[in-house]
Amino acid sequence: MAAAAPATGPGLGSGPGEPPEGLEAEAPERRRKAHGMLKLYYGLSEGEAAGRPAGSDPLDPTDLNGAHFDPEVYLDKLRRECPLAQLMDSETDMVRQIRALDSDMQTLVYENYNKFISATDTIRKMKNDFRKMEDEMDRLATNMAVITSFSARISATLQDRHERITKLAGVHALLRKLQFLFELPSRLTTCVERGAYGQAVRYQGRARAVLQQYQHLPSFRAIQDDCQLITARLAQQLRQRFREGGSGAPEQAECVELLLALGEPAEELCEEFLAHARGRLEEELSSLESELGPSPPAPDVLEFTDRGGSGFVGGLCQVAAAYQELFAARGPAGAEKLAVFTRELGGRYFALVERRLAQEQGGSDNSLLVRALDRFHRRLQAPGALLAAAGLAEAATEIVERVARERLGHHLQGLRAAFLGCLTDVRQALAAPRLAGKEGPSLAELLANVASSILSHIKSSLAAVHLFTAKEVSFSNKPYFRGEFCSQGVREGLIVGFIRSMCQTAQSFCDSPGEKGGATPPALLLLLSRLCLDYETATISYILTLTDEQFLVQDQSPVTPVSSLCADARETARRLLTHYVKVQGLVISQMLRKSVETRDWLSTLEPRNVRAVMKRVVEDTTAIDVQVGLLYEEGVRKAQSSDSSKRTFSVYSSSRQQGRYAPSYTPSAPMDTNLLSNIQKLFSERIDVFSPVEFNKVSVLTGIIKISLKTLLECVRLRTFGRFGLQQVQVDCHFLQLYLWRFVADEELVHLLLDEVVASAALRCPDPVPMEPSVVEVICERG
Amino acid sequence: MEDDAPVIYGLEFQARALTPQTAETDAIRFLVGTQSLKYDNQIHIIDFDDENNIINKNVLLHQVGEIWHISASPADKGVLATCYNKTSDSRVLACAAVWRMPKELESGNHESPDDSASTAQTLELLCHLDNGAQSSVACVTWEPMGDGKRVISLADNRILLWDLQESSSQAVLAGSAALEGKGQLRFTSGRWGPHHNCTQVATASDTTLRGWDTRSMSQIYCIENAHGQLVRDLDFNPNKQYYLASCGDDCKVKFWDTRNVTEPVKTLEEHSHWVWSVRYNHSHDQLVLTGSSDSRVILSNMVSISSEPFGHLVDDDDISDPEEHQADEKPKEPLRDSVIATYEEHEDSVYAVDWSSADPWLFASLSYDGRLVINRVPRALKYHILL
Repeated sequence: MAAAAPATGPGLGSGPGEPPEGLEAEAPERRRKAHGMLKLYYGLSEGEAAGRPAGSDPLDPTDLNGAHFDPEVYLDKLRRECPLAQLMDSETDMVRQIRALDSDMQTLVYENYNKFISATDTIRKMKNDFRKMEDEMDRLATNMAVITSFSARISATLQDRHERITKLAGVHALLRKLQFLFELPSRLTTCVERGAYGQAVRYQGRARAVLQQYQHLPSFRAIQDDCQLITARLAQQLRQRFREGGSGAPEQAECVELLLALGEPAEELCEEFLAHARGRLEEELSSLESELGPSPPAPDVLEFTDRGGSGFVGGLCQVAAAYQELFAARGPAGAEKLAVFTRELGGRYFALVERRLAQEQGGSDNSLLVRALDRFHRRLQAPGALLAAAGLAEAATEIVERVARERLGHHLQGLRAAFLGCLTDVRQALAAPRLAGKEGPSLAELLANVASSILSHIKSSLAAVHLFTAKEVSFSNKPYFRGEFCSQGVREGLIVGFIRSMCQTAQSFCDSPGEKGGATPPALLLLLSRLCLDYETATISYILTLTDEQFLVQDQSPVTPVSSLCADARETARRLLTHYVKVQGLVISQMLRKSVETRDWLSTLEPRNVRAVMKRVVEDTTAIDVQVGLLYEEGVRKAQSSDSSKRTFSVYSSSRQQGRYAPSYTPSAPMDTNLLSNIQKLFSERIDVFSPVEFNKVSVLTGIIKISLKTLLECVRLRTFGRFGLQQVQVDCHFLQLYLWRFVADEELVHLLLDEVVASAALRCPDPVPMEPSVVEVICERG
Repeated sequence: MEDDAPVIYGLEFQARALTPQTAETDAIRFLVGTQSLKYDNQIHIIDFDDENNIINKNVLLHQVGEIWHISASPADKGVLATCYNKTSDSRVLACAAVWRMPKELESGNHESPDDSASTAQTLELLCHLDNGAQSSVACVTWEPMGDGKRVISLADNRILLWDLQESSSQAVLAGSAALEGKGQLRFTSGRWGPHHNCTQVATASDTTLRGWDTRSMSQIYCIENAHGQLVRDLDFNPNKQYYLASCGDDCKVKFWDTRNVTEPVKTLEEHSHWVWSVRYNHSHDQLVLTGSSDSRVILSNMVSISSEPFGHLVDDDDISDPEEHQADEKPKEPLRDSVIATYEEHEDSVYAVDWSSADPWLFASLSYDGRLVINRVPRALKYHILL
């Protein structure tokens, strides 16, 4: 128990609240309370009793165990606050506690009785021992006094001799110095002869001040003159050695150091030092330059930058370090000189590196280039830190940035070329003659090929460019590479730029229309249109997400949103498809037009067959339908009337049709023709011939057929028909009707246009006698 | 105001031919030729009363055949030329002739009698412009600003220059040239240019535009593949001597500088079907009118390539008035090339459009179903151009 030790002290038996030993099982709280009291008793500060529970205020007068306990206040408080029952309880409790304390105290006294008695005995023995010790101490004091007096006497006798010894030692030192001085010329000579310039300079330095001081004495003057002569020779030799420059930079630095110590003018030395360094570095540069010379088998770019880094940059570093060490005292002017020097040589080095990197621009190996740039950049960080003023590090970073930018441009070019290459492949595949029985790759396959090859190109470009931002590359944490490179360079410049240019390339196929001989095969238009549509629906957002993930864009500058690119792609797809419709429509139109224009419709024979050109039209349309079906979905057809298949039979018998142009046969009312046809038109919607198409097969086919039939109509109106001519038109139109309705969204459209063709032909016929519908049907079914 | 509303006139027959009465500069008058194989064809003289918005018509019979093209003499109000087809048992003959209308109809002050066709008068034939058998005559075009003595007709692949003598009663062939080449070349359209002292004619055949010198009857320039498909019509810019407009089956209207035949100056692609007719406004050449078989007429404002790219230039007289000058100094917002209006009154293909020779703000368009529509340039634009 910790309290036991002080208990043996002067406060013997005075621990009033001390808990009995037997109560060790008591709550630690109580023990702490007891400690508190002990501490209070020994005057320990309050702060040391920090262990006490926070709740109990030591100054609380109502705290029964507190130091400031005031029974009056406590009682008063109890009386005031507690009901009778509680008062009774506390009284019994109090009585019980007091009793417990009394018995505790008694036990304590009994238990410690023996200890008290032995303690008393010990104290008595100690009193006797102390008395003996006092006597011993007195004797020691007298002896010490005797020793002191003896010692004083001895020092008094030795005093005189000590002073003489000191004087003699001084003379000896002086004589040694003089001897050194007298020997100095010869020593210097031997040093110079041995080549120990360092030592010579040190000797000279030591002697110089003394010689300076005593030069008025003739003997010293001679020595000084000798020394000066030798020193001059020394300096000359040092200079000689310095100029020869054969030895490396460290030795040169040593030379310069020695020369400085010899008190040579620093300005001149500084110039000379730099000139020498320049010579050496220029050698490095010219060796580098010879490497990148016109001969193609130059070492690869990594080796080149390595060599440049270790040779030139290393040399430059040494020079700079040595210079700073030697001429640090020269102040800002010296630093400025060095900066100019470094900047000039650095500039030439950079020019060389840039020339070398420019040779690398066409190359495809990005990893090598990035590693080379990394070395280059890393190498220049050190002198950059050493020579902030020269701005070499900034310039290096700039070069790296420029190369990175050029790389991006190169990759964009590469992607474009890849896209054009894909297109050329597709063209060739389309143009390749189909062997009988052996189908070439279908359009869908071609599309998949193109899409996957472009995507893989994009991915490989991204991967290549990604090397620039790799963690281990020293320049990847520059602000440019963290921000602008990712967002403006890669995302905007490369990816968005490529998608834009892809759309433009695709659109350019629409702008060079049939005037140039229809160079673009229609299938390619169709394929591109589908490609753009796929890009709009999925690929663009996929690519951009990929890019954003790979290049965590931290830049806040605005970027092109996905939606605008998608709109671009969709517009391109739409234009391409529209153009496809135009081109295909034109092909069929030309066929129809030639067939109408070249025939003599007045003297034609009674029709027995459908003209071959009409069959050809139907065949071509079917072929187009198949082609489009490979890439585009079916699309929505207008709900067909239940008798749609029968509809064809009723063309020339329905009352509507009769009403449509029959009146023109009756000479009485020419006005009715217009009136009726006008009324007719009031109820049918205006047909937009070259209207924009939707992305499905039916819409495309509808467009093509509309164009073809409108052409037929216009051509028919320019001709004059005989009776049989009209009948031929009738037969042809019926044939078209039989086969074309299935391709279009709204078959009513085909009917309307064909009706108009027949009506126009009837108008253009001086002798309009239509053929019996049944005969028409028979002919059409036969043909 | 309601006078911006179109005025519509219906003919009984199909019609393709429309021309303003070129020599008339006071009254608004158009001539329309009909196309009918079964009835006597007519030429309708349409007088438009601008103030009352009323149309007066007179009908002349043209019994020889259906009219494909009509043009009026620039010097004599009463003289006109038609290209027509004569159909006689399984043969079609293409002819061109110069006619004179009855004196009283010339100036149109003649009150139109009843609508009954019985009073229809006939034309007086002046001369034929025929040179042997021909299967088509594309058009007859008069020497602009001339004395009405010289015409050019385009027949098949030949371009024929005629001198009309003895008060137009006799046509003497003064020169000719022919298109050479493989296939059946045929002129589709031609115009006589008002520039260079009226020595140039431009023609269209297939996809090619050609310029001819009327003195030597030789080709001056040739714009190959001017349009992707057939060229349907062309017109000279009345104020810029090298500019002309063409239109065709590729739905485009192209503007050319004939000094550079490789590229059009400008291309319009507003129509959704073949463009059959293109006309410059006679006074304000930024206004271009086109008619197409998509049944639409489109009025475009081609400021950037007009002779007034910066708007109306202030006359010298006006500068004397300081206040007005002040007003003009305000930089006017330059108009951009744009479509001014699309007119959708027609329900069939529009084959002919033309400006009135009397009122530069008024034009007519004719669709196949015989509907003639007279429209005006929107008022706002008119004031913008004038002020």
